[in-house]
Amino acid sequence: MTLLQISEPGQSPDPHQRRIAVGIDLGTTNSLVAALRHGVAECLPDAMGRAILPSAVRYLEGGRRQIGHDALAAQADDPLDTVVSVKRLMGRELADVVGRERLPYRFVDRPGMVAIETRDGMKTPVEVSAEILAALRQRAEDSFGTDELFGAVITVPAYFDDAQRQATKDAARLARLNVLRLINEPTAAAVAYGLDNASEGLYAVYDLGGGTFDISLLRLTQGVFEVVSTGGDAALGGDDFDAALAEWALAQTGRRATTPRDQRALLVAARAAKEALTDAPSATLTCALSGGPIALPVTRAQFDALTRGLVERTLAAARQVLRDGGVSRADVKGVVMVGGSTRMPAVRTAVGEFFGREPLVNLNPDEVVAVGAAIQANALAGNSRDGEILLLDVIPLSLGIETMGGLVERIIERNSTIPVAKAQDFTTFKDGQTAMALHVVQGERELVADCRSLARFELRGIPPMVAGAARIRVTFEVDADGLLAVLARELTSGVEAKVAVKPSYGLADEDIARMLKAGFGAADADAAVRSLREARVEAERMVLATRAALAADGEMLDADERAAIEAQIAHVETVARSDDHHAIDDAIKALADATEAFAAMRMNRGIRNALAGRSVEDI
Amino acid sequence: MNITDNDFVLFGLPECFALDRPDLDARWRKLQASAHPDKFAAEGPAAQRMAMQWSVRINEAYRRLREPLTRAAYLCELRGAPIEAQSNTTMPADFLMQQMSWREALDDAANDAELAALDDEVRTTERALLAQLAELLDERHAPALAAERVRALMFIAKFRADLSRRAEATQD
Repeated sequence: MTLLQISEPGQSPDPHQRRIAVGIDLGTTNSLVAALRHGVAECLPDAMGRAILPSAVRYLEGGRRQIGHDALAAQADDPLDTVVSVKRLMGRELADVVGRERLPYRFVDRPGMVAIETRDGMKTPVEVSAEILAALRQRAEDSFGTDELFGAVITVPAYFDDAQRQATKDAARLARLNVLRLINEPTAAAVAYGLDNASEGLYAVYDLGGGTFDISLLRLTQGVFEVVSTGGDAALGGDDFDAALAEWALAQTGRRATTPRDQRALLVAARAAKEALTDAPSATLTCALSGGPIALPVTRAQFDALTRGLVERTLAAARQVLRDGGVSRADVKGVVMVGGSTRMPAVRTAVGEFFGREPLVNLNPDEVVAVGAAIQANALAGNSRDGEILLLDVIPLSLGIETMGGLVERIIERNSTIPVAKAQDFTTFKDGQTAMALHVVQGERELVADCRSLARFELRGIPPMVAGAARIRVTFEVDADGLLAVLARELTSGVEAKVAVKPSYGLADEDIARMLKAGFGAADADAAVRSLREARVEAERMVLATRAALAADGEMLDADERAAIEAQIAHVETVARSDDHHAIDDAIKALADATEAFAAMRMNRGIRNALAGRSVEDI
Repeated sequence: MNITDNDFVLFGLPECFALDRPDLDARWRKLQASAHPDKFAAEGPAAQRMAMQWSVRINEAYRRLREPLTRAAYLCELRGAPIEAQSNTTMPADFLMQQMSWREALDDAANDAELAALDDEVRTTERALLAQLAELLDERHAPALAAERVRALMFIAKFRADLSRRAEATQD
């Protein structure tokens, strides 16, 4: 007789097999990885005990590279081939990159996304970001002594548009990370704070990082983090404070910084002076430029005056977010400060005055996002108790489609809770028209020219009809990662033509496959061995999930239905012992198909139970 | 419980216009807590796809029930009096006159104060129409008459958007 293990619903059968899931803050200036250890979410340090990995990648001869502190140290000496603040380039064309004239790189102007020419060849921002992510993955694997992370939650600025999110997800795939979810940085920070402080009510998260600014309003209710509204500026951060100080220094001294090396050295010196001014009322900006050294005293008051406009821009975004949320400053119970740039005294003072209360700064502003992401990653991996926390996030910018005359027809409004899907019907304007060009845009303005273009595609095969007779239903679907898919379908004729698009900034699957084949990130991995191992991990994951589902709700099935599923489980387990990863993939697919109806039954029961016992009167 | 059930059934609420907003919010959070794709992130793609569909459906219903205008329009449709705003412009007769005089007032408004006064007037009418909706839908069960009020309120929503655009323009 076989003894069967029956586990708690929602728990993995073997409590010792806790899945290792990490949270990653992929920042403009610094990146971090965090995970739960001994029940506490904490940032994982490198071998030298440093939690922060500077988001810097230096390309060397012969395909070698330096990542992090070493690359950062070399940036002034090797500015062309040392990429910093790459996050500002993610999902951007060259013309969209704010302040590109100040950057030393050899840019390659490509459609979709800018790239950088290095001594190791052309690198896209996605590839550069993947280097940073791969370094953090390696660090996490070393920390836990494993070579298989279950997955990662990666944070993005709430104000990132679709192209930037897609680029981030592509970078993670390149770094061989299983992305459990992309979550917004302010939401992650709120999770870290919320769990520590058991807070309820309306909170603002003010997140000023190296290159991006976000402000979000969240309502916390019994473990549910509901984003009410969000806003910000995807190109405003500490870098801009450095640049303002650097320009001022040049003007004061009548000097010029024309070479890439001088430009980079000056920015490094400005950043050091800015950081010194956080603790001291005055500092000296010292920099060795090619025309001779600079040593320029600067006071905090001078610095604050120089950067007041930047701080004011963040407060304007805060006003907009309050308006969008339909709330006033007085409704806000607390303000959470996130991002290294919130260490600047002028920023803290301005935010405190704006909200009329002292901002919360008791968690490390550099680490709080990664810590929150780790908590969510652990929950998504199925390690935490059921229903512990739930994040209900929103899309930051409206999504729409171009109509006649270059106008935007909005389909999904900004601040809609995700996941969300919405359809809109369009028609032809010419007799016999058999194709229709669709242009997907993101933004709040009424003219297409003022919005960001996300994708263009054509719906073909519309049967010829008189103008206005065709009914083309365009469906926008934004998933829980905040990523958009668009579907168009002609309804009247029974002839169905449909096409799903991903935004043009995202890499095609073939691109990813090619880059992975090129030996990206993990140099040791042989592709076939990798595929086999990944297939086996997936097989194990599916079997565990199915067993847990059977243990929890198996009585919903009759004997035949249950036997059919058990047979597929057994099949997966058998095939998983072979070396044929295609066969394993097929077996996993067969198991998924066999459990589809069961999954639907469980889902319906779950929904029914959600409101069970709650009559209309007593919620 | 089925994904094609109507919004009220899905939320376990009686089919009426009157609604307690905190109660609706609490139900929404409960439903999402059991359907959100995050709750199925460790499961297979089939479960995730299903969770996504349910979660989208719950958000759709929540948005529609949350706003009095869309909730009323939905109720009219459920009771056989669809709004059909594009083809049907039936509105209360006195409202058509009102509409014209507001349009003129907006064209003639010379400053912020006049715009604000006009906005106040429009909002007063909006509140009155919403009160009528509650009566027509929940007490008199007169969906066709309610649909006329819904069309009037849709006009008001558009008109107030025009108004705030004008107000922003005069500030610049």
